Amino acid sequence: MDSGENSYDGDLIGVDVGGTFTDLVRLDQTTGAVRLAKVASTLDNQAFGVMNAVAEADSELSRVALVIHGTTTTTNAVLERKLSRTGLITTAGFRDVLELGRRTRPQPYGMKGHFDPIIPRDLRLEVPERMDYAGRVVTALDEAAVRAAGEQLLARGVESVVIHFLHAYANPEHEIRAAEVLADIWPNSYITMGHGLLSESREFERGVTAAVNASVQPLLERYVKRLADELADGGYGGELLVMNGNGGTVSASRVVKEAAKTVMSGPASGVIAAAYTGRRASRPNLISYDMGGTSTDVALIRDCQPSVSNEIEIEYAMPIHVPMVDVRTIGAGGGSIARVNEAGLLEVGPQSAGADPGPICYGRGGDLPTISDANMVLGRLDVGKLKSVPGAVDIDDIRGIFQTRLGDPLGVDAETAAAAVLRMATTRMAGATRMVSVSLGLDPRDFSLFAFGGAGPLHASALAGELGVPEVLVPARPGITNALGCIVADLRHDFVRTVNTPLDGMEIDRLAGMMAAQAGEGEALIRQEPVRIEAIEVTHSLDMQFVGQTHLLSVPLASAMMTRADIQNAFEEVYFNRFRVRLPDIRAQIVNVNTSVTGRRPEVDLGGLIDNSARAGSVAAAQTGSRPVWFDGGGSASGWQDTPVYAREKLPLDARLNGPAILEQMDTTILIEPQDSAVSDDDGNILVTVGGLS
Amino acid sequence: MKADAMMLDPITLSVIQAGLQQVCDEMDLSFSRAAFSPVIAEANDRSDGIYAADDGALIAQGAGGLPVFVGTMQYSTAELIRLIGEGRAMAPEPGDIYIVNDPYLGGTHLMDVRFVRPYYRDGKLWCWLSNTGHWPDTGGAVPGGFSASATAVEQEGLRLPPVKLFKKGVMDEEIYAIICSNIRVADQRIGDVKAQAAALDVGADRLDLLLGRYGDDTVAAAITELRQRAATQMRQMIATMPEGSWQSVAYVDSDGVVDQPLEIRLKVSKVDDRLVFDFDGSSPPCRGPMNSVLATTLSSVYLAMRHIFPEVPISAGAFEPLEIIRPEGTFLDAHYPRPVSGCAAEVSQRIAEAVFAAMVQPLPDRVTAAPAGTSGNFALGGHNAERGRDFVMYQLSGGGYGGNADGDGLSNGCSTIGISKAPPVEIMEQAFPVFYHHYALHEGSAGAGRTRGGFGLDYELELRNGEARASFVMDHGRFGPQGVLGGSDGDVNKVVVLRGGESYVPLHLSKEQDIPLAPGDRVWVRTPGGGGYGDPLERAPAAVFEDVRLGRYSAEQADSLYGVIVRQEEGGGLSLDAPATDTRRAEMMQARGT
Repeated sequence: MDSGENSYDGDLIGVDVGGTFTDLVRLDQTTGAVRLAKVASTLDNQAFGVMNAVAEADSELSRVALVIHGTTTTTNAVLERKLSRTGLITTAGFRDVLELGRRTRPQPYGMKGHFDPIIPRDLRLEVPERMDYAGRVVTALDEAAVRAAGEQLLARGVESVVIHFLHAYANPEHEIRAAEVLADIWPNSYITMGHGLLSESREFERGVTAAVNASVQPLLERYVKRLADELADGGYGGELLVMNGNGGTVSASRVVKEAAKTVMSGPASGVIAAAYTGRRASRPNLISYDMGGTSTDVALIRDCQPSVSNEIEIEYAMPIHVPMVDVRTIGAGGGSIARVNEAGLLEVGPQSAGADPGPICYGRGGDLPTISDANMVLGRLDVGKLKSVPGAVDIDDIRGIFQTRLGDPLGVDAETAAAAVLRMATTRMAGATRMVSVSLGLDPRDFSLFAFGGAGPLHASALAGELGVPEVLVPARPGITNALGCIVADLRHDFVRTVNTPLDGMEIDRLAGMMAAQAGEGEALIRQEPVRIEAIEVTHSLDMQFVGQTHLLSVPLASAMMTRADIQNAFEEVYFNRFRVRLPDIRAQIVNVNTSVTGRRPEVDLGGLIDNSARAGSVAAAQTGSRPVWFDGGGSASGWQDTPVYAREKLPLDARLNGPAILEQMDTTILIEPQDSAVSDDDGNILVTVGGLS
Repeated sequence: MKADAMMLDPITLSVIQAGLQQVCDEMDLSFSRAAFSPVIAEANDRSDGIYAADDGALIAQGAGGLPVFVGTMQYSTAELIRLIGEGRAMAPEPGDIYIVNDPYLGGTHLMDVRFVRPYYRDGKLWCWLSNTGHWPDTGGAVPGGFSASATAVEQEGLRLPPVKLFKKGVMDEEIYAIICSNIRVADQRIGDVKAQAAALDVGADRLDLLLGRYGDDTVAAAITELRQRAATQMRQMIATMPEGSWQSVAYVDSDGVVDQPLEIRLKVSKVDDRLVFDFDGSSPPCRGPMNSVLATTLSSVYLAMRHIFPEVPISAGAFEPLEIIRPEGTFLDAHYPRPVSGCAAEVSQRIAEAVFAAMVQPLPDRVTAAPAGTSGNFALGGHNAERGRDFVMYQLSGGGYGGNADGDGLSNGCSTIGISKAPPVEIMEQAFPVFYHHYALHEGSAGAGRTRGGFGLDYELELRNGEARASFVMDHGRFGPQGVLGGSDGDVNKVVVLRGGESYVPLHLSKEQDIPLAPGDRVWVRTPGGGGYGDPLERAPAAVFEDVRLGRYSAEQADSLYGVIVRQEEGGGLSLDAPATDTRRAEMMQARGT
């Protein structure tokens, strides 16, 4: 970066590419002023959409200090299998590991299914070499065979290559040497070593992670280069940072080496924004709830820290085992289809109308009742918006479909059927959310619900009520939360090392040394980034279990210098808190040693997300009208209520209102149920207190 | 009750149904998360559910439970109720938990240990909560309980009638001590016992909330109504089938003791809106451990039907239209003291295969050709000289699934009755003194068809040090998984033991116990491919060529199985010879005489 220290005070741009929209937030660090843009995503080359968003936000790129970018380039490439031609060089006898998987099937019931390995069989070549489990050489590496395999792959048009050897986590020597041999003949830098991203045992998971990395590297490199060039052409002289799935950022020049880490970055940035917003609002414990058109993402945040997992599967048999924000996807979204099944019971989802044709109310030919349509029928969404959709759809058409498809078979009217659809959807989402929190040993009632995404704020109150969550936080800009996550994200590097040693057999000095080395590497990487950092924070944790167990518990350590007894106690406490069981007679085992190094970026003021000068002087002055909305009070309490509608951005910062109310803003609708009440805070968040909880 | 049920609206019903399901799913999750043994924690070899107070009928069961437990716990709960009624088990009190693993009392094999907890409302028994977990060991002749040559249940392990392991919330240390004295690695079991009991506590807590919210009477009425509706749903599924009856046969290689195949004969008849399953003509009870107890036989039919109709939720109502004639006098209805360790893992899958083979006839779009259908259990027990301690290891493996109307079968899929992952080679080598020489696709194993089966697994491992004995409880060694509608069978399961440079094939091909191994000896296993679906000559030549190009089939197989001619080019590449393929296929059609 050639600009001086002053440019740090220029604008910040966070830009996130989603499936439908590319969102941008531009923050003037001097005045706190914010500009937003929402443009259509251009999925073939996401850079066009990004530049369109830059233009729409009137960004003068020469005064921009930093651009932070969340991209779905690699996610889409993996899900659609539009990957670079990638080869594998692996231990003799084991080329089919990537095709065999772990002997599973896609669903518990139903014996059909399909799986495409990420690298086809003819591009998976074997070479003589072998380590045992302790990293001792059993068969020496045949370097000539490595070279020959490399040449063969090149002749078959391979661009990117993976070297993946059994037990390389225990001793990476063969992988390193093979990479050196290959580097002599390989025309580019796309050589991924299996142990490089994650030095952890389990050959299928490590191999798939490496294969994903290799197969998206060229795509990501071309993409970030194109975007960097476009930004430079527009006058930008700063660094481009890219979001990773761990919720941290890394510079564009470094992101390619570990490209697989960007695969789940989209959902992560939303969670990062939630954690940041929650910290400023003194809400350290949140369930982030992002409901979109086809699915809902849920994540847990404790003490402002998103839960992280290194066991995420992005689809069936496609594990990416690097530390990532633990976002779980629930198959319920605005497009989820409702039907009455053969037993005469109502089902909502998992089938979805998707974006095309989408719900009936999209006017694109959809003719099956969905969650979004139920909101329309009940007046929760503005029926007036139907006028602007492509096809001629009338609310009576939608009501008619609800009547014939759901109401008649259930023996109720269209409104009752629509309310039932929402009730079922809420029940399902609450159940799935509980499974997420219970799997982490947590009670959802100890959290606030952070609602965003197009449909999150519309359903959050009901979901919170169902979960027993006492409060909902709707951020100032629910529709651009991911872009906001980019702006506020820190730099971050995570390290995992497998040791697989019983605690009583572990040399404690060696353990401390490992953690110090991980911390040193992370700090060095962060100091190399030309980005202003206020502090570097290092956290350590151990993945532990009782000897004989297979699942892992993450045990946070207060420091790298812990005694054996401290570690034992910390493990037992975590175990007890999770399982309510003490097993004092069984030995503890350390499986992985983890270190996260965070380069803390300066605080960003969120107060300007809504222009305060445009706010009205009173709640009444922010009201734009009213409309009848159908509320489900259970039985006779259900029915239409005249409900005031407010322009959310006009509500005064000291607003206080009681439900029922509707708050509308550009990209979302917030519904406050009759028994709930809401206040605003200084950042413009709306905090809804959920009523009627016992 | 009926009148109440009629007053319930379908919306409340739907919500209560989801609520009951959630209770069970949280029990499943809690059990797996806290369980100590990998079989439960990672392989999910467990199940949790809610059962009716009066007759044990299945009200709801966790969606993530092991499929083979789909029906069993309602029978074990019913047997407990019967024994209490007869005064042969102690009457329940709040806080009690019974433990039982008797196979003949509504069970599977001894390793599947059931906990049953009475659930009370206002001092009255309201329902039962129960779960099953597969314990790594319950004593008996061999570690792990899968003796391939047991001839009586006593050789298979400790058999517990229903006794109260927890009395009014407190564990009975005396009963626990008896159990611990009779099983291996007893010191680790306390973790599983606590997890299994805690899962039932979770269920009780969640059920309290559900009943508190909707009212006991409403939920009770809903349960009655849901049962009727599930039956209706299954009947409507059956109504989509044409009239008729369909027969099938499936074979178990042998019982492990007598080297003779066991035959499962099945006739499925559609009678009005019911299906009648008749196993008449199946083999009599056998000497070795391949007998099935009634509960497992019934459950195997249910799990096969659920694979066919996954949209019907698990409940007693869904089973009502499925009438299974008790297969008295056959090995599918074994009585004490017949050995039964193979029923849950192997016989159950062969029963499912018979159901698939019959049901594919009326439902060719829904049902697949036969999957590999074996758990591929290879056990190695011995002494690890490097670590100076004894070990028991299991290698469970998958195989190919059957071709079907939607596409080719999956390769290396999990057993029909399971949902667990196989452990990675790296973890196996860390834990045990073994060294894998390869772990690969079983080339050429897929049954040919318009859509082919999936491929099996091919692995070979070597004992590194110490000494050990190898045991195999597998199947499909004699007969491959069946092809259907003109498709061929998948390749058979093959086991070869390489001892001192000589190869040895187990006497019963897929089953033998205690084959001694010395360091350097190897075990080579190839698991079955799935059955093919439809006429192989209708498979697109390009698809056959692709499998040859990728080395999954040989060029010879492409010719002999599919009539597809693949040529080796001068540069070393392969090409599809379309005209020669047309000619060859015409010849093959002619040779069939059609």
